[in-house]
Amino acid sequence: MLDYLIDFAVVLIYTMRDVLPIALLIIFFQLVVLKQPIPHLKKIVLGGIYVVLGLALFLMGLEKALFPVGKIMATQLSDPAFIGIDENEAVDWISYYWIYIFAAMIGFSTTIAEPALIAVSIKADEVSAGTINQLGLRITVAIGVAVALALGTFRIVTGTPLFIYIMVGYVIVIIQTFFAPKKLIALAYDSGGVTTSTVTVPIVAALGLGLSSAVPGRNPAIDGFGLIAFASLFPIIAVLGYAQFMRIKTQFNKN
Amino acid sequence: MRYKNYLIILLKNLWAAVKDLIPIIVVVVFFQTVVIRQPFPELGEVIFGILIVIIGLMLFIEGLEMGLFPIGETMAYALVRKGSLFWLLVFSFALGFSTTIAEPALIAIAREASEVSSGAGLIKNNQEVLDTYAMGLRLTVAFSVGLAIVIGVLRILRGWPLHYLIIGGYALVMLMTIIAPDEIIGLAYDAGGVTTSTITVPLVTALGVGLATVLKGRSPLLDGFGLIAFASLLPMIFVMAYGLFWF
Repeated sequence: MLDYLIDFAVVLIYTMRDVLPIALLIIFFQLVVLKQPIPHLKKIVLGGIYVVLGLALFLMGLEKALFPVGKIMATQLSDPAFIGIDENEAVDWISYYWIYIFAAMIGFSTTIAEPALIAVSIKADEVSAGTINQLGLRITVAIGVAVALALGTFRIVTGTPLFIYIMVGYVIVIIQTFFAPKKLIALAYDSGGVTTSTVTVPIVAALGLGLSSAVPGRNPAIDGFGLIAFASLFPIIAVLGYAQFMRIKTQFNKN
Repeated sequence: MRYKNYLIILLKNLWAAVKDLIPIIVVVVFFQTVVIRQPFPELGEVIFGILIVIIGLMLFIEGLEMGLFPIGETMAYALVRKGSLFWLLVFSFALGFSTTIAEPALIAIAREASEVSSGAGLIKNNQEVLDTYAMGLRLTVAFSVGLAIVIGVLRILRGWPLHYLIIGGYALVMLMTIIAPDEIIGLAYDAGGVTTSTITVPLVTALGVGLATVLKGRSPLLDGFGLIAFASLLPMIFVMAYGLFWF
């Protein structure tokens, strides 16, 4: 118990340092540039205390729960005994199919319920004057992230270079940009960031790092990262693709 | 009465925090009970950790909604209306920088990255070097997000088309990939998605939408977006440069 308290005190001090720039920003701009008193000061100070406490608790829990869970899942699902092969036998990428399924399910389930994505879908619905269906867009993006994470884990297992996948993704985005409805482009580009929430990032990163240290011949430093990059790129492709598809469908129905 | 309202808000935020974790818990429990069917190591510790994560997230989001978000939005609007380009750009940079430094997902990833790099023998394995590396990484990302917001705000003011800038950014990412060390590329690409989460997105979006609302002939829905896209792109470029510097 005492260990936990000491741990917490240390994290708390670091957290205060992390939040300090925001406090300085508010004080400086409000008092020096805008020359106005800070409104609802009591509420803001209390909110600040909540933010520091919450952040410290979250970071502690992260070390004890989210990181270990990601790593344990990666280790268990790539264990030779689980896959059903001999320790020294060469493994082909198909044997790791449970990893791909796990990654896809994590991607789909965390994305479909993501509040930031719901907010973006509502805005896309408004911008497109109803041609883009809210739920349809959310399902499309969630499938996009599921495919992204499955492909990302496949990349880690095979050890192929990350930049090739991302470069192909960029080329697809650029081509789509020329054909997509102009109104939706900025929104689509922004949607790349919305799927990677505070809870998803650590668990997905731990999954990648755990997988790259469990699969023989992989190096966590080179192969371990990259899953989040996949998860940020695919929503852009999904949103642009969905917008394009809906436009073609609407035109087709008119004729 | 006041306390009753307070309790309702608290419960609402608790539910929001639990809801964030439910999909992960459901998938993990399904795999553990149906697919893997083996004892889960350190189960007690993990459950305790999950409880802390939930309480932490609840307090964190509650605190943000109580203090930072309202004042951040008010300040963004006030600065846009003030009409001073200099202060607007300074504010944009400071906002991007300070919210990124406090971003929990980035703190988590930076720590993990320093451990992986020392495990691979790329940096020395002592606590001081690890901390310096992780902090340097966060400062690099925060700086690049600050810069990204400045470019994004200028874009909204000048009405530059977003896609040319993004395509140019993609080209720069590819160029940097060629010269950057292999060990930094994955992390750098990930840095793009990590920066844009809990604190940064609502405040930066408020700035963009506020800007597009005040400017004549701009639609908040169309021109207000695009700031996040830059904030995901520039960290990739700068983290690769950071890798060149360390390895």
